[in-house]
Amino acid sequence: MSLEDLYREVILDHYRSPRNKGHLEDPDARAEGVNPLCGDELTIELNFEDDKVSEVAIDGQGCSISQSSASMMTEAIQGKTRAEIETLTQQFRDMMSLDGEAEIELDPDRPGAVLGDLESLQGVRKYPVRIKCASLGWNVLLEALDEAPLT
Amino acid sequence: MTDLSHLKADFPVLANGVHFLDSGASSQKPIPVLEAMDHFARTSYANVHRGAYKLSVASTDAYEAARERVAGFIGATDTREVVFTRGATTALNTVAFGWGLEHLGPGDRILSTEIEHHANLVPWQMVAKRTGATLDHIPMTDDFRLDLAAYEDKLGPDVKIVAVTGMSNVLGILPPIRFISDLAHRHGARVVVDAAQLVPHSSVDVESLGADFIAFSSHKMLGPTGIGVLWGRMEALEETEPFEGGGEMISDVTLHDATWADIPHRFEAGTPPIIEAVGLHAAVDYLESIGMDQVLAHDLELTEIALDRLSDVPGLQIQGPTSLEDRGGVISMSIDGVHAHDLATILDEGGVAVRSGHHCAKPLMRRLGVAATARASFYVYNTEEDIDALIGGLRRAGELFGVGS
Repeated sequence: MSLEDLYREVILDHYRSPRNKGHLEDPDARAEGVNPLCGDELTIELNFEDDKVSEVAIDGQGCSISQSSASMMTEAIQGKTRAEIETLTQQFRDMMSLDGEAEIELDPDRPGAVLGDLESLQGVRKYPVRIKCASLGWNVLLEALDEAPLT
Repeated sequence: MTDLSHLKADFPVLANGVHFLDSGASSQKPIPVLEAMDHFARTSYANVHRGAYKLSVASTDAYEAARERVAGFIGATDTREVVFTRGATTALNTVAFGWGLEHLGPGDRILSTEIEHHANLVPWQMVAKRTGATLDHIPMTDDFRLDLAAYEDKLGPDVKIVAVTGMSNVLGILPPIRFISDLAHRHGARVVVDAAQLVPHSSVDVESLGADFIAFSSHKMLGPTGIGVLWGRMEALEETEPFEGGGEMISDVTLHDATWADIPHRFEAGTPPIIEAVGLHAAVDYLESIGMDQVLAHDLELTEIALDRLSDVPGLQIQGPTSLEDRGGVISMSIDGVHAHDLATILDEGGVAVRSGHHCAKPLMRRLGVAATARASFYVYNTEEDIDALIGGLRRAGELFGVGS
């Protein structure tokens, strides 16, 4: 595993130009999290329509892994129900906890490729101290969902 | 050039080729330290100050010999002024709680600094809350120094203690402790110095430093973890109450009361770090065999080379002074567009170990306007090759992240 596998272009692109960055006015749900060891910070705000995520905004600061993971996450959860998001979160966590040698197929357009761009983060597994960076956004997302007006 | 390259072979951890530039967090241990602890544990170990048997006497002698060695190393005229603690943090907490709770109350002020490590800041926040005293801070100037004019303005009869670092673990600067102490004393305030970065890297004489308390750790000066030192001027230690109660620290105990053992033992409740004291003794021997002036000269030569070469790395900023004046061998840096953790990961791929993050100085990070920095720190075993590897890694990081393109 080389550094180019960790810092794939799609990761650096999301790091430099985070998607859905900013704040929502009077969001339905909001949560913030910090990684006390490294100081990475992330705030997530969500709006819902028909029990699906209609708008999402993130704000924060941190390393390329934490910020790009959160940025990709905002794209992945658009229009998803709570159950769908929980499934997605579990799939992401499963990917992060795979045996270091296992590699999942890296074609975001293949049938059943639920994680899409997020699969580019699988290189993080080889750097165990950085897994908490990749997970920050997802942990904060679950906190936000806990206070969301969803059934 | 101060050539200490022959020392590297004394550090087994470095044999795997790691470019270890994180001595500011903790230093590596040379073979003489490891062997001293091993030999002591195999031949002379028992609890101290308790047994009437020969082994306990031998162990006590070794423990007290370490105290004497440390006293000599820092120029303490009275060996009793050296208190062994679990580390610099415990030493600073002993002052905050043992001295602070006795002498602070509503209307009093504690003066710390904006650049302080959490270890000399958070205990004072806790003690301020408990006593009703207020906590104020000496600010930093834009050229990374303590603002001494502001310090003079802030001093007053209500300032009871000044808590200041002897060398910043982020900026590398050496505040003028003598000046700060003299001024504080003129206002009747005590001075406690976090010397965790200072004592390992320079010749310190506590008498000429002028402070009332200084705290440092063994593990940053080639010794083991688990032991540190609180030096206190005798009259300042006499004003200090024990912060922990237990065995060892008492003179007499009834069911409802106790009297304290003499200084320093009243500050050493419970079984102390005995094997670690032997290791610290060996670490001091090792450092003095090099000579502390040589240690400092070597640190500064590497710092000068590094500062010069870092100035050519695209997008890199030094968070601290770029001259060697009143400075030690710690360099914090950031590259625009590359987070410190990414820097550290990329450097690690090249075998370079640096610290990344907030360095237990979050208020200072906010003052600097950065979330985190990467920090390289030098010690006796480092060579110019370590700097080559550092510069190579930083350039690689810039390329990967497209800095300047």
